[in-house]
Amino acid sequence: MNLDYTEAELAFRDEVRGFVRANLPQEISRKVIEHKRLGKDDFVVWQKLLHQRGWIAPGWPVADGGTGWNPVERHIFEEECAAAGAPPIMAFGVYMVGPVLIAFGNEQQQQRYLPRILSSDDWWCQGYSEPGSGSDLASLKTRAVRKGDHYIVNGQKTWTTLAQYADMMFCLVRTASEGKKQEGISFLLIDMHSPGVTVRPIITLDGEHEVNEVWLENVEVPVENLVGEEGRGWTYAKFLLSHERTNIAGVSRSKRELAYLKHIAAQEKAGGRPLIDNTRFSDKIARVEIELMALAITNLRVLAADRQGKPPGPEASILKIKGTEIQQAITELMMEAVGPVALAHLPDSWGDHWLGERVGPEYAGPLAARYFNYRKVTIYGGSNEIQRNIIAQGILGL
Amino acid sequence: MDFDYTEEQLLLKDSVDKFLQKTYSFDARNAIIATRAGYSPDIWKGFAALGLLGLPVPPARDGFGGGGVETMLVMESFGRHLVVEPYLGTVVMAAGLIATVGTDDQQQYLLPLIMNGSMRLACGFLEPGGRYDLAHIETTARQEANGFWVLNGSKSVVIHGAVADLLVVSARTSGKAGDADGISLFFVNPGEPGVAGLEYPTYDGMRAAEVTLKNVQINSESLIGIAGRGLPVVELVADRAIAALCAEAVGCMTALKDATLDYLKTRQQFGVPIGRFQVLQHRMVDLLMHCEQARSMAMLAAMKVDSPDAVERRRAVSAAKELIGRSGRFVAQQAIQLHGGMGMTNELNVSHYVKRVTAIDTLFGDADHHLDRFTAAAQALPLPSFEKPRSKWKQI
Ligand SMILES: Cc1cc2nc3c(=O)[nH]c(=O)nc-3n(C[C@H](O)[C@H](O)[C@H](O)COP(=O)(O)OP(=O)(O)OC[C@H]3O[C@@H](n4cnc5c(N)ncnc54)[C@H](O)[C@@H]3O)c2cc1C
Repeated sequence: MNLDYTEAELAFRDEVRGFVRANLPQEISRKVIEHKRLGKDDFVVWQKLLHQRGWIAPGWPVADGGTGWNPVERHIFEEECAAAGAPPIMAFGVYMVGPVLIAFGNEQQQQRYLPRILSSDDWWCQGYSEPGSGSDLASLKTRAVRKGDHYIVNGQKTWTTLAQYADMMFCLVRTASEGKKQEGISFLLIDMHSPGVTVRPIITLDGEHEVNEVWLENVEVPVENLVGEEGRGWTYAKFLLSHERTNIAGVSRSKRELAYLKHIAAQEKAGGRPLIDNTRFSDKIARVEIELMALAITNLRVLAADRQGKPPGPEASILKIKGTEIQQAITELMMEAVGPVALAHLPDSWGDHWLGERVGPEYAGPLAARYFNYRKVTIYGGSNEIQRNIIAQGILGL
Repeated sequence: MDFDYTEEQLLLKDSVDKFLQKTYSFDARNAIIATRAGYSPDIWKGFAALGLLGLPVPPARDGFGGGGVETMLVMESFGRHLVVEPYLGTVVMAAGLIATVGTDDQQQYLLPLIMNGSMRLACGFLEPGGRYDLAHIETTARQEANGFWVLNGSKSVVIHGAVADLLVVSARTSGKAGDADGISLFFVNPGEPGVAGLEYPTYDGMRAAEVTLKNVQINSESLIGIAGRGLPVVELVADRAIAALCAEAVGCMTALKDATLDYLKTRQQFGVPIGRFQVLQHRMVDLLMHCEQARSMAMLAAMKVDSPDAVERRRAVSAAKELIGRSGRFVAQQAIQLHGGMGMTNELNVSHYVKRVTAIDTLFGDADHHLDRFTAAAQALPLPSFEKPRSKWKQI
């Protein structure tokens, strides 16, 4: 048992570090580190650079464009990218629909979509949640009725992240209403440019446009866009949820955010002294830091079990719960750190190249909005209460 | 980087587990606690036979040559079985100390006696009024013209102090309480004139002693390490003890988790097992997560306690003790709560694990103490650097 990297691991780390340093545009990394608003292009530019290097989809089989890295190498890759301020890879294509297509899609679907996921030429969104179906996803009502060689889809999806950019949506639809509710669900790929698809923004409490309602009215979807078998969509959706877990804890990003929190707390003053020397505040930082140290090891333990070929399991839920609690704690402390100037709401100043008015130091601008925005992480991707249900059943057998 | 145990480590863990399963049932433990000595000479012989008494002793001195990870494996098993033997003081602390800074003579004389089971030691590093501060030493050691040292002062909560054949104490050869310099370590034979003690039981089934030293004369060979430079050594030994206690706590917490989960599945109320109630399911999940985070920290402490970099060691060990102090408290309290009235009884082993976990928080510094120490260690490191914010333009 040993936390030190081997020679080979160090060499790999240097290779990744060298690549990131040479290629990640500073303009983008600065936005990431300073919590500025990221546009679609910021994600796509970085993803295309990774694609050119062959590193966009580390978790995929090598034959499909993966890297063949072991879990430690993937961990190192995450650490280096996060530390340098690279934008996270958009999950919907690479981490979500890609693996489903590889596992359950037919050859035609794989040939058509996988290369465009790797190249970031298609932007994907996830159409699961509906107004009446959140945690109880299997109750979803969006209907797909087979008519010749098309499905006619009617219904409403909601909370659809960045659907305003999307070319494609992978979608859970109901193809049968009799029998168990899980068995009537199918997995459809919907072209967002099809007639009958309407995307309406939902503005979240931070004032931003990140999620949407997606209305589907008599949308014609060719039957070749059905993934796998009709009625098996629930199985594929569950596979997707348990698939990607290297990064579910977000440890590497939280490390960078924690360092930035200290950076802020060192510049802020309380009673004429740096806030970071104020015991009441430094205790809070230290507690989060210790939780994060523990989570980093817990994460590595899960990865190590991965390497021994144990199947992904509900431990991922532990990583999700702890990881999101830590992320939220850090955003909260950052907002607290800047004190009253956190109140100033000047969203235009969160863009890049802002030359207008600011209140307080530049880093303070987006912190309150970010705190509010991050309340989402314990809700989406299966709320933390649902994760506890999963652990209670899957690990504890209750 | 890897998280695998070596063949040898797995064998060690297996042999300790098996030995304790055979000899250290809850009833057997209670019988040991009820004896006058409060530990079992037979078990101690068994430890000797297994090679456990030489765990931190290098192979060149006929020991096992184990480090933090080996100690972790042994101590977790001790935690599971609520072992009350004087192992921490004798082996993890004293034998480790002797093997690290003892003179050749001290090593040659003492280590074989420890390893064959005929000598037990206890360490007195704390003093009345000093709380957890290892530098708060008022006991004095003055060297006479004949080379003998004369010790005066008192030591507080010396775990297993009264059953020790030899004491290790810190004393001041210069400076005043709180100074980092001027602390020295000595062996003191409890049979020397001037050594007196008050032995008492602790709530977790162990024994401890308040020791007073009044004009105790000891020879010059009793000095351990360099006079006046003892504090870093005391800190190292305490850190090893903390890492070991963290593993022991994880053993206790795991046992509490298993017992509680079992109870949720078997205890029926309202016509169903109480584990059907979601509020208890979620509490149980929180209990599990605290156990997993605690285990991760015990592993981190075990891996870093041998680090030559004292700041790195301190950071990891204090972080572990802080987290385990808090998570141990949570697990202990919830284990009682979820057992209802049964959790309150002395009869069930649950309460005994609870008491041990609670005691561990107070040994060598509680969660608050280590939060301070962690922060202090972090302050010794450079602050993270980010590019300075660009100059601020103001548009009128
Ligand atoms: C910012 C954001 C982005 C999102 N992006 C997407 C996306 O791209 N695509 C997509 O499909 N969905 C997305 N979602 C939706 C997300 O998956 C749902 O919000 C989530 O599943 C919870 O559903 P709900 O909002 O309907 O809450 P509800 O299910 O109504 O839950 C309300 C509360 O009740 C609790 N609760 C519910 N059931 C139980 C239970 N059985 N036991 C205990 N507690 C329970 C929940 O934990 C929660 O606290 C996004 C959500 C947010 C906030």
